[in-house]
Amino acid sequence: MTLLTEAPAPRAEKKTHQIRSKRNRREHRMGWLFVGPFGIVFLAFLVAPLGYALYLSLFQKKLVGGTSFVFLDNYTKAFTDPSFLSGSWFVIRFALVAIPLQIVVALAMALILDAVTSLFTRFSRLMIFLPYAIPTVIGAVMWGFLYSRSFGPLTDVFGLFGATAPDFLGSNLIFYGLLNIVTWQWAGYYMIILYAALQGIDPTLYEAARMDGAGRWQVAVRIKIPLITPALILILVFSLIGTLQFFNEPQILRYLAAGTIGADFTPNMYAYQQAFSLANFNYGSAISFALGGVVFVCVYAFLFFTRKRRSFL
Amino acid sequence: MKTKRILATAAMLAAASGLVACSSDDGGGGSDASNCTNTITKKDLPAVTMWGWYPNMQLVVDNFNKQSNEVQVCWTNVGQGGDEYDKFQTAISAGTGAPDVIMIEMDRIPTFQIQKAIVDIKKYGFDAVKANYGEGAWKDVSVGDAVYGVPVDGGPLAMIYRKDIFDKYGITPPKTWAEYEQAAQKVKDAGGPLFGDFGANVPALTMALQIQKGASPFAYDSASPTSIGVKLNDQASKDVLDYWGGLVRKGLVGKQDQFTPEYISGVINGQYATYVSAAWAPGYLTGAGVGKGQDTGKFAVAPLPQWDPNNPVQVNWGGSAFSVTSQSKKQELAAKAAYGLYADKESLTDGWTNQIIFPLNLTALNDPAFVDLKVAFFNGQQANKEVYVPAANAYKGMVYSPFGQYYFDAMTKQVSEISAGSITGSQAADRLQEDVAKYAKEQGFTVQ
Repeated sequence: MTLLTEAPAPRAEKKTHQIRSKRNRREHRMGWLFVGPFGIVFLAFLVAPLGYALYLSLFQKKLVGGTSFVFLDNYTKAFTDPSFLSGSWFVIRFALVAIPLQIVVALAMALILDAVTSLFTRFSRLMIFLPYAIPTVIGAVMWGFLYSRSFGPLTDVFGLFGATAPDFLGSNLIFYGLLNIVTWQWAGYYMIILYAALQGIDPTLYEAARMDGAGRWQVAVRIKIPLITPALILILVFSLIGTLQFFNEPQILRYLAAGTIGADFTPNMYAYQQAFSLANFNYGSAISFALGGVVFVCVYAFLFFTRKRRSFL
Repeated sequence: MKTKRILATAAMLAAASGLVACSSDDGGGGSDASNCTNTITKKDLPAVTMWGWYPNMQLVVDNFNKQSNEVQVCWTNVGQGGDEYDKFQTAISAGTGAPDVIMIEMDRIPTFQIQKAIVDIKKYGFDAVKANYGEGAWKDVSVGDAVYGVPVDGGPLAMIYRKDIFDKYGITPPKTWAEYEQAAQKVKDAGGPLFGDFGANVPALTMALQIQKGASPFAYDSASPTSIGVKLNDQASKDVLDYWGGLVRKGLVGKQDQFTPEYISGVINGQYATYVSAAWAPGYLTGAGVGKGQDTGKFAVAPLPQWDPNNPVQVNWGGSAFSVTSQSKKQELAAKAAYGLYADKESLTDGWTNQIIFPLNLTALNDPAFVDLKVAFFNGQQANKEVYVPAANAYKGMVYSPFGQYYFDAMTKQVSEISAGSITGSQAADRLQEDVAKYAKEQGFTVQ
């Protein structure tokens, strides 16, 4: 290769250039071909529906009077709609509590599993990850039954101490009821991501640290955690987006507690209600986009504050 | 060369997938009569498609097809209640894909009527069947003068109660709501179970109880389709919400969502002395496993308690009808099917014996076998004769709103707040009025 490029006669150079540009063009075409299948799916199933939803969100269809173009009125309405605002406030509050909790649990488990090596570790890893493998719907139904005060275990447990069981599906405790389900479901998944990142750290660093007199605790805090910060930020962004779009768990538990979990409990549920049960596709689309706006602002703010620490995005 | 071929293949695939997407538009179970759950035997007759979810629909359709010499019904079950409405709503929005005949609950009729999704079937032989149903039944399927469905089953309200609990605490069935509260207090003072339940997720029941006291939440007539009367915070509506809110506050009744495993297990375990519900409730409860184990034969039924015993008012919860869709290209045939389905004696008898569906067809309502039936769920009590038939006959019909789903969702929210103790029933009624009137205006109505 070096020989070829180092000793070119002028004519040969021109020829190589031609060959190369021909090859470039071919590679170019091949590139498009490789991107093609993804591109078609991307356009057909993401860009086109998004565009259509955006288009829909600019109209209003009334039961009386038909459809009319209202430009941004639906958005003005969304951001003054108590249902949308209280739903958004709920998911933001929920994110502020749920995300740190999940990350702390996941990080603690990952650090323990990384530090301890025994047969039991593999088993524990699998067990901690298992909730993620259970479909959300089944997980939510299962917890719905566990929370039940007439046939769940809570009544028996609290009965031992002569107390009445708390109602995790009641309006006072539903926040914690959902918090528990979400943490149970996702902490294991985040743990696996963090654990994989920990496995990627060069073990010689630990050796060096030990020679400098660092204990296990110091290794964890001063070496492991700083080195997996990119993975931590990644799962933070994942969980932030996921939590703001909260839908599955409350929607399923609604069958057990429709009074506590209203149809407008979270913005996504509200969009679903508007579009599919009230036939207001236009306002439903507007709520979806407004929620997209909220998610974008939250994620952007988060990435802005962590910009020095991340190595991706 | 090779690249070209791959490109061409990719393009073809893309085009083909587009074609597939297009062709599946009209194959979604709607206007296509080739995908029936039942088998059509008279293949030379024209067929109409139908959606419905009665448990004995197959038998009903077969009976109809056997008798009819004009039209055959091609039936599919696309889901019960809300699931079916979502599909129908999507078909309406898409402008294609709806069946010819559709089973819907009566309170949904104005919702679909205002979208012009179902048609007036008065001109297709209404006079011939008019005498087969009562006045209230027809009113429930009408908007103004126009008839948008054929009544099938109804839900006159009554009070189901636990005979064992009533006997234990020495109570007789209360005849008025005041007595109901006294009895509840008596049971509570004696350390007994809850007397009833005020569920947030049964707004249609709450509405019926308000109407019983004299409320008329909606005034709507298709003759002037742009105006609607919304009156959700009149004194009667407030009184009923305050009454139930008071019962919850005093700990006399529960605040559990109904139709949940939690509630059903409570009913089985005797945690509720009464269950105010419709005539289809025994069938529903039996299906949910009530009355089969330790609670066999413990249930009985009494007429709905009244506000004014001298002027009793009977109300209704649920019940369904067959409507003809505007997307149908064979509306006259579809109407024939709607009128004829579930109208023959054999289907009706199967309905009230095996499925415990409360019939509205007078052939069944006046059938001595039906009237005198000793209902097993009520331990042989002649429930139809004593309670349900008189209630159905005295029922005068109600006016439902064209945005019932929104109203019910809003009511669920407010009732939940009442039960949580954060607002009173009167406040809830005021909020409901404001909320629903605002929605009506947004939807383009003139609110009166």
